[in-house]
Amino acid sequence: MNNTTVVHTNKLLLKGNEAVVYGALLAGCECFFGYPITPASEIAHTAAEYFPKLGRVFLQAESETAAINMVLGASAAGRRVMTASSGLGISLKQEGVSYLAGSELPAVIVDIMRGGPGLGNIGPEQSDYNQVVKGGGHGNYKCIVIAPNSAQEMCDFAFWAFDMADKYLLPVYILTDGVVGQMLELVSLPDPIPRKPVPKWALDGRYNPRTNMITSIYLEHDDLERRNILLQEKYAEIMKHEQIAEEYLTEDAEIIISGHGIVSRLAQTAVEELREKGIKAGSLRPVTLFPFPVKAFKKAAKTAKQFLCVEMSNGQMIDDIKLSIECSRPVHLLNRMGGNVPTVDSIVAKCLELTGSGKSGKSKAPRGKKK
Amino acid sequence: MTENTNMKVKYGRSKGFFETFERRPGAIKKNMHYCPGCGHGIVHKLIAESIADFDIKDRTIMIAPVGCSVFSYYYYDYFGISAPHGRAPAVATGLVRANPDNIVVSYQGDGDLGAIGFNNFIQAANRGENIAVFFVNNGIYGMTGGQMAPTTLPGQKTATSPTGRSVTNEGYPLKVSEMVAALDAPIYVERVSLSSTKNIARTRKAIRKAFQNTIDKKGFSMVEILAGCPVNMKFNSREMNEFIENQMQHYFPLGCFKDIADTRDPIKRPEGIFDKQKVKDILYPIKVAKGVSADFKNESKIFQKERKIKIAGFGGQGVLSLGMMIATMGKLRNFNVTWLPSYGPEMRGGTANCTIITSRQKVCSPIVDKLCNLLIVLNQPSMEMFLPELKQNGVLLYDSSTIAPPKCSEDKIIYAVKASDIAKKIGSLKCANSVILGALSVVMKDYFLEGKDKKDFDRAFEEAIMDCFADKQNVIQMNIEAFYAGKEAVEATLTNPHPGV
Repeated sequence: MNNTTVVHTNKLLLKGNEAVVYGALLAGCECFFGYPITPASEIAHTAAEYFPKLGRVFLQAESETAAINMVLGASAAGRRVMTASSGLGISLKQEGVSYLAGSELPAVIVDIMRGGPGLGNIGPEQSDYNQVVKGGGHGNYKCIVIAPNSAQEMCDFAFWAFDMADKYLLPVYILTDGVVGQMLELVSLPDPIPRKPVPKWALDGRYNPRTNMITSIYLEHDDLERRNILLQEKYAEIMKHEQIAEEYLTEDAEIIISGHGIVSRLAQTAVEELREKGIKAGSLRPVTLFPFPVKAFKKAAKTAKQFLCVEMSNGQMIDDIKLSIECSRPVHLLNRMGGNVPTVDSIVAKCLELTGSGKSGKSKAPRGKKK
Repeated sequence: MTENTNMKVKYGRSKGFFETFERRPGAIKKNMHYCPGCGHGIVHKLIAESIADFDIKDRTIMIAPVGCSVFSYYYYDYFGISAPHGRAPAVATGLVRANPDNIVVSYQGDGDLGAIGFNNFIQAANRGENIAVFFVNNGIYGMTGGQMAPTTLPGQKTATSPTGRSVTNEGYPLKVSEMVAALDAPIYVERVSLSSTKNIARTRKAIRKAFQNTIDKKGFSMVEILAGCPVNMKFNSREMNEFIENQMQHYFPLGCFKDIADTRDPIKRPEGIFDKQKVKDILYPIKVAKGVSADFKNESKIFQKERKIKIAGFGGQGVLSLGMMIATMGKLRNFNVTWLPSYGPEMRGGTANCTIITSRQKVCSPIVDKLCNLLIVLNQPSMEMFLPELKQNGVLLYDSSTIAPPKCSEDKIIYAVKASDIAKKIGSLKCANSVILGALSVVMKDYFLEGKDKKDFDRAFEEAIMDCFADKQNVIQMNIEAFYAGKEAVEATLTNPHPGV
């Protein structure tokens, strides 16, 4: 309350796109390489302003491929490094991501999804799910994928992303939709961490890199197979330890609504409205998309009668839900594409229809069991 | 074959190489994998020798490209990283920007550099990255079996130009050195050849010069080395050398195209700031507005529920910053807020709109597609588009300088203010949004604010303006003036409030 001297505050209004840069800088990110693309451009704007202010590296690359390969170089030099893009740019980056994965190098990639395929549009979509969660480039690899749904999480997840990238030596995606990227919310900035020491495996001219070699080439079939087996073991380890889901009123839920990114917030509002109407609804939000929170879905399937997957895509995550619960319950899809966001009303209406409680125009006999 | 070059090797293998090539799979650990007469072995040797002589083994990071030299890591007693095809200059950029003390070498062939990776290469050159590029130009794709390269000569037969390179179909060979030398940033560009002992000696000198520049951090150096690929070209080694001298050197003249290292200062890059307090001072915003204590809550009933606000107008009318000011008020009074713009091309000329939600609880959906509590409209098309979204008993505020009075149901609370006209009078159309804010403060006072909030609110508006324009002092003054002008203008019409029609 007392002013006069300069007082800093850690609370500010930030777009998701801005918050992820603040988070990255506080998490000790040293280099940013990127190429502008809507709706991710504010990431580059914010990075261009603050990386140099902190004496760190910001470079606008000549292309998405160049950006991801600069990331490859800086990561090989043992620095925390990031890039950001949207669908089309991520398609171009896939080659470099495969090399990062194959060379076991850490990096953080932010994908603010927009409409596709092709040029599509700049509206929000979630249609990069498959190309990001399932590997995307050539070869048998996976990236950790985490899906924030608020500006605060965009900031906080940057810390988490860098830590996991360093722990498991692989690229980590922060994957979200244009709404979360563009939306401005109140963010509390965490404290900055001290500078990370250069890892032993890195190519750093000051610390004897002579014996270090980073490559993804294994000419002998057996060597490459061995390498691949090691990678798969690593992914299994991640699957075992890193699954995270957010459960909301799932304990007694008969219908579970699931979505990631902005959809997870709509789902929560829908659950509240449905509960008011006496429908036992819950929401289950995958926070990690790889590893997909199989355990949480399995648990939910014990009580829930059915699932509703809500996506801003043609239905990409729904396959993972079906696999997780081994198709033991019906999984329905409610989706919008092209930059449209499903409304809370449409989610509520769909749930009412599915639970047979709908008072929708067609008063046919309810398909589900009556409560 | 490298042992049989014309170079004088006094003490056997160069000190830059391993004694035995343990990284090479298979039984052969003493020899290179390159074919007889191949240029790579010679270039490798010259590089290894330079690195050993400069005593920079521990600081050098080699980047292996895709092509025959993808396996160059078998040989050097130091190495680095394998890059994707053509991406070595981008990878080099990452390595040298991350740590400017790294001595980074990008070793590339003609396909890697001149075809698939030309943009990465030319852009790194144009940025003047402090790297050394050794470009081995043999005019053919060796590893994949003798296909045409961007530097294959006109008429030259390859697997993919079986009747000879046709300039009308495949174009002319790429003159890389000439192109690079035309750029401002690169400091050293020389084309050399491996066709004779004399030329190899020149190559050796050029490679050393490139290393010296990189060690001195002077910038981008490139040595283009004309080399042979006798196996794919079906030449013996004498024919190969003749081909390089008579054909290749004719099209690709040897010589130094640029050498301006002396005129350049060493590249200096800033040191990263990681001190906790310094990082906070730079990154954490300065607190501008006084704000309120953490437990403060406005008492008026209106604030007990989630409030949905939509603002629409032309791009450039300050629609988005008006939304920001309202969102900032929310922040300053401990609300949870979301602000979501319509983004993209419509921001740059067409219509723009944004939605703000304030709530004491967590805001779930940030999207307002119906039932908004407050609608602020700054142009006619937006009125037509968004008026149907206004909730029963909702508030409509509009700029009556440009918009005709709307027709809507009587439950709506409608306030009009000549925002653009007033703003123009004050000095800038840009502060029309603050005029609107002034009008909003009157609406709030008339209908919604209770008790202490009436007093608190004007201050909250002012603080929000200060907070939003913290870095532009003169703008703050003008906007505060506009705020009060808007307030007065609406208050003056209060005795005769705008008819709801």
